[in-house]
Amino acid sequence: MPVTTVTKDPVALTMTVTTELSAPPERVWQLWADPRQLERWWGPPTYPATFVELDLAPGGRAIYYMTGPDGQKTPYSSWNIVATDPPKSIVLRDQFADETGTPDADFPIIGMRVSIEDIGGGKSRMSIYNEFPSAEALDKMLAMGMEEGMTQAVGQIDAILAEAVPA
Amino acid sequence: MQAVGLAGQSATQFDRVFGALADATRRDIVRRAISGAEGVVELAAHYSMSFAAVQKHVAVLERAGLVEKHRVGRRKVVQTHLEGLRIAQRLLDRYEEIWRERIDLMSTILEENKES
Repeated sequence: MPVTTVTKDPVALTMTVTTELSAPPERVWQLWADPRQLERWWGPPTYPATFVELDLAPGGRAIYYMTGPDGQKTPYSSWNIVATDPPKSIVLRDQFADETGTPDADFPIIGMRVSIEDIGGGKSRMSIYNEFPSAEALDKMLAMGMEEGMTQAVGQIDAILAEAVPA
Repeated sequence: MQAVGLAGQSATQFDRVFGALADATRRDIVRRAISGAEGVVELAAHYSMSFAAVQKHVAVLERAGLVEKHRVGRRKVVQTHLEGLRIAQRLLDRYEEIWRERIDLMSTILEENKES
């Protein structure tokens, strides 16, 4: 599993996650740019995400929802792409939206800045900076049913890893 | 959607708390006041703005329940009330878990790609 460091500032309500991945930036970029790959990691295994639209070009957007274990869909969310520099960076705003991607003005926006850096040896350092307008925003996002999925997610990863071992 | 996990606090109180924290000077005051060693006069010396402006910031923080004034001998010091900050910290902890899981899933996908 990758080595990940997390720095959190509860006063400014920001969090930065930095990790090393064993693939070059071009390959890591595909995890974000290819909707079928993005769907495999954005939502927890018990709440998989479905991206009905994904365009990482500047001014582009994404529209997605998640599906719970009971088949119930969560409300839609959307990304507004503020800036992109493939395969190095994405700046986006994540927010609740309707099915056409129109942001719900009642819900706050979460700012996110992703940077992917080539560190040689076929590896990348990826860092994700998150900015929350309020603790309430963070709480609403966590209430999207994501938390329930977390503990089960661990078991699912173990299962995938076990399958990957050659017989 | 009904927000959960607000530790029994009302949304209004949250608005007050995080509205108070939306300002960089007020966030700085909250950080400095963790030790509870300084009064408004000493705090004001750290900033280029007027004493009255700093006093106003402290008042906003006080209303939000983020700092409180109490007496130490003949002085009144400003001290950060940590519970408000703890709630934010707990929320960030949960968000951290989500990202750790996402990164594990990402690296699983990258591994599969190498094998094929």
